[in-house]
Amino acid sequence: MTKVLVVDDSNSIRDMVSFTLKSAGYETVEAKDGQDGLNKAKGTAIDLVISDVNMPIMDGITLCQELRKLPCFKFTPILMLTTESSGDMKMRGKAAGATGWLVKPFNPEKLLATIKRVVR
Amino acid sequence: MSVDLSQFIPSFLEESFEGLELMESSLLDLEQGDDETINSIFRAAHSIKGGAGTFGFNNVTEFTHLVETLLDEMRDGRRNIKQDDIELLLDSVDCMRLLIESIRDETECDTSKIFETSVLLEKTLATDGIKVSDPLTINDSEIVESKTDDLSTWQIKFIPEHHLVQTGNDPLLLFNALADLGEVTLVACAKELPALNDIDAEEIYLTWNLTLESSASEDDIKEVFEWVEDECELIITKEDIISSDLPSLEISSPVLSTETPSFEEPDVILPAPTNEKPVETSTTNSDKPSSKAKNDLGSIRVGVDKVDSLINLVGELVITQSMLSELGNDFDLSKVERLNSGLEQLLQNTKELQESVMRIRMLPISFAFNRFPRLVHDLSKKTGKEVELILKGEQTELDKTVMEQIGDPLVHLVRNAVDHGIESAEIRLANGKPQKGTIMLNAYHQGGSIVIEIKDDGGGIDREAVFNKALEKGIVDENTVLTDAQTFDLLFEPGFSTAKEVSDISGRGVGMDVVKKNIQSLGGRIQVESERGKGSTFRVNLPLTLAILDGQLVQVGTETYIIPLITIVESLQPQKELINRVSGDMVLYRLREDNVPVIPVYQLFNIPCEFENIENSLLVVVEADGQKVGLMVDDLLAQQQVVIKSLNDNYQQVEGVSGATILGDGSVAMILDVPGIISMALAQAQLNQKNRSTFQPKITQSISEGVSS
Amino acid sequence: MDIQMLAEEVPVEGEYSLEGIDFITSGEQYLTFLLAEEQYAVDILCVEEIRSWENPTRIPNSPQYIKGVINMRGIIVPIVDLRMKFNIGEAVYCETTVVIVLTVETEEKTRTIGFVVDAVSDVLNVETNEIKPAPVFGGCVPQNYLDGLVNVGENVVTILNVKALQVVEKHQVS
Repeated sequence: MTKVLVVDDSNSIRDMVSFTLKSAGYETVEAKDGQDGLNKAKGTAIDLVISDVNMPIMDGITLCQELRKLPCFKFTPILMLTTESSGDMKMRGKAAGATGWLVKPFNPEKLLATIKRVVR
Repeated sequence: MSVDLSQFIPSFLEESFEGLELMESSLLDLEQGDDETINSIFRAAHSIKGGAGTFGFNNVTEFTHLVETLLDEMRDGRRNIKQDDIELLLDSVDCMRLLIESIRDETECDTSKIFETSVLLEKTLATDGIKVSDPLTINDSEIVESKTDDLSTWQIKFIPEHHLVQTGNDPLLLFNALADLGEVTLVACAKELPALNDIDAEEIYLTWNLTLESSASEDDIKEVFEWVEDECELIITKEDIISSDLPSLEISSPVLSTETPSFEEPDVILPAPTNEKPVETSTTNSDKPSSKAKNDLGSIRVGVDKVDSLINLVGELVITQSMLSELGNDFDLSKVERLNSGLEQLLQNTKELQESVMRIRMLPISFAFNRFPRLVHDLSKKTGKEVELILKGEQTELDKTVMEQIGDPLVHLVRNAVDHGIESAEIRLANGKPQKGTIMLNAYHQGGSIVIEIKDDGGGIDREAVFNKALEKGIVDENTVLTDAQTFDLLFEPGFSTAKEVSDISGRGVGMDVVKKNIQSLGGRIQVESERGKGSTFRVNLPLTLAILDGQLVQVGTETYIIPLITIVESLQPQKELINRVSGDMVLYRLREDNVPVIPVYQLFNIPCEFENIENSLLVVVEADGQKVGLMVDDLLAQQQVVIKSLNDNYQQVEGVSGATILGDGSVAMILDVPGIISMALAQAQLNQKNRSTFQPKITQSISEGVSS
Repeated sequence: MDIQMLAEEVPVEGEYSLEGIDFITSGEQYLTFLLAEEQYAVDILCVEEIRSWENPTRIPNSPQYIKGVINMRGIIVPIVDLRMKFNIGEAVYCETTVVIVLTVETEEKTRTIGFVVDAVSDVLNVETNEIKPAPVFGGCVPQNYLDGLVNVGENVVTILNVKALQVVEKHQVS
């Protein structure tokens, strides 16, 4: 089963993303900040990472950079959850190695349709 | 498939309130250069905005966007942190709170303040020339299926750069997603594929030509490839020919032939992936999700430890029950001993279980104290006085209901303290006091109650002014003699206010009597201590648990009373030698080193009593507020647990009585309020003393006259 | 209707049920009772229960006419002796002494209070236009307690204002 790591400091956003994914048959692992996300990523085989950008302790961009340093995460799709779709955001994301972005506010159907670009 | 997220609204609302509290307390503490704090404030606003957007709470999203933009500039260093901006942000937090409350309560909210504040926010943002972008156009969260009615054929040429997969993207999966828009056939071109030995496994050498039959728009197609647009070449051409297989094949074949690979590897033709048709246009964002908050009777967060303790105790209860049940089978007198110990065990279990359950409703008073830093900050600004707030004992726990109801009275008392208690900076300095006034809120447990003190180091209460005002109102006359405590009690009379002008904060005189009433309706009391020039202390006493009490039944004359066990130090039969009469009719009992005043309850309560002297009575020594007294009773009866019933429901608060209960025989018994009784006795004694002292000169005069004549 | 006979029929023990009384739809219904020889009435919708007199538990330092509180199905109900409160006749406690328990809702509060009376009599049906204003002068009952008078045969029944009865005067201490 496809396993998705959901990283967001907002409990309700995290719950909603996780709920949406689960109802579509994905398995989810949750983390509340970048560091927590990194720890959890090291612990299990992840097929997709969905992470918020603005988080305490370690933000999403840094998490992305750190994940890319891990050999098993070299090609894992990492999507940034962000309210900005500005060019600046895209550049920062890409520079960190992100695969793509998902725009907030969060829309469940759109999320499910969009992640099909990177997972089965 | 439509995902229903409305179940997450309550938790989003709760989270938002917490976020707002965090924003508020952080803003109050914020100083220049404090990166972590400003970031956390930003994140809180950001989260609220994001969540609100998901549920379509557009008014929240729009307003919060302005706040977030300002915070963003501050955290980026593009804007210095100024006090005015902090005030504006504090006001904004209030607005956000109003908006979210109106969502939770499903009511209309007062938009005037919100409108004013957003105008101010926009103005502030504009002063740095930063144009605020429209939050809603940035995120178009609805799936807009630009369904043109006609099916078109699109030719898409996809030429990825070699390192595309290193971004985590996979062309095949992109094609998967593309298939959501319609039927896809594709042909791969392996022209660039190097020799096997030279292939780098982490690179892509293929390119593709896809044919898509769909009513989607070019933008829709581009969107599928949006993440890789910088890492590929994408050529999209539309053919207007509708659903005819042959022509499309003809067009694609020339493309095929020019790209015949040199090493004769067959072209890879992939069948169109079978995917479901894309879902219908999402409407979840346009409907207003129903908030379940209205039917919620309020919830309480309970620590897991409390729940576990409860589970354990119930377990023990079950064991005791089964033990007793077993005893009941073939019971004979030889088992009496075991029965008694079983019942003892049952008593213990029930008691512990009860305490544990009560504790579930207990929350730390910090929930009530939380609003005060902001309140004092605002009041201090408004009055121009410098006031510091100290909070102590925030972890002291009390019943949730009591806490909810004590909030407003406490606010009124704190307002009073700032407004009337603390003097202006000039006066304070002139009196050798520090310029900054201090207000301390302190909460602690004492006996079976919780005490909340509101202490200020202000100017104290003017006894004379209070007395004169009472005189004016006809509550007392010139000859009335009052103790300090009684004078201060006058402050709680309805319509009483000594403020010379009615200040808009608290001088209106409607407050204090309502404060007292509220406190009393919770079974509590309020006392005032004050020293002119030094300050005042308002002490609120509230019962910890509203419902149950361990009591000692006593007989006084014809009446049965209940003394809370927790107040009882000891009960004894007084020895004649240890009884001392002092200054008239005050009786003291020598209890080891203490001289304990004896209170004749029958006298205090005006009960006809047979034995009116202490030698024939029993003494129950009780303690309250650090004071020990001996209550004179006729007899000690049983000790039992009683359910406290308030007299306030149908009657009113009675001095000396904290409530009533129904005994086993169905009759009603009064529960004594020990601190209240002590006050009563004190007041009585002081009054007697004053009356006596005014008497004496007359007596001596007449005696001397009698003698001389 | 012989009031005396009716009074003797009132059961000494237990509660008195109001079921079985035909409620006529027009006008208002009142429960009439006696204070000494005088007839009074209260809106029947406020009558919760009619109880026989039982010794209540004293409330410390309460006015004379507040006899104390009783336990009514778990609720603590104060008992007010109307004969003492209004100074009508003698406050005696015998077999016919009853307590009329009234429950009244105001915007602030709902209160249940029991009133000691000499006897309970009829249920009266009164049309609004039959109620005459109460006399301004004389009488032991203060003006604010009076809603009006109604003539029943040869007798005059004074209708009492239930809300005024429910007002609990503040305890005066020392």
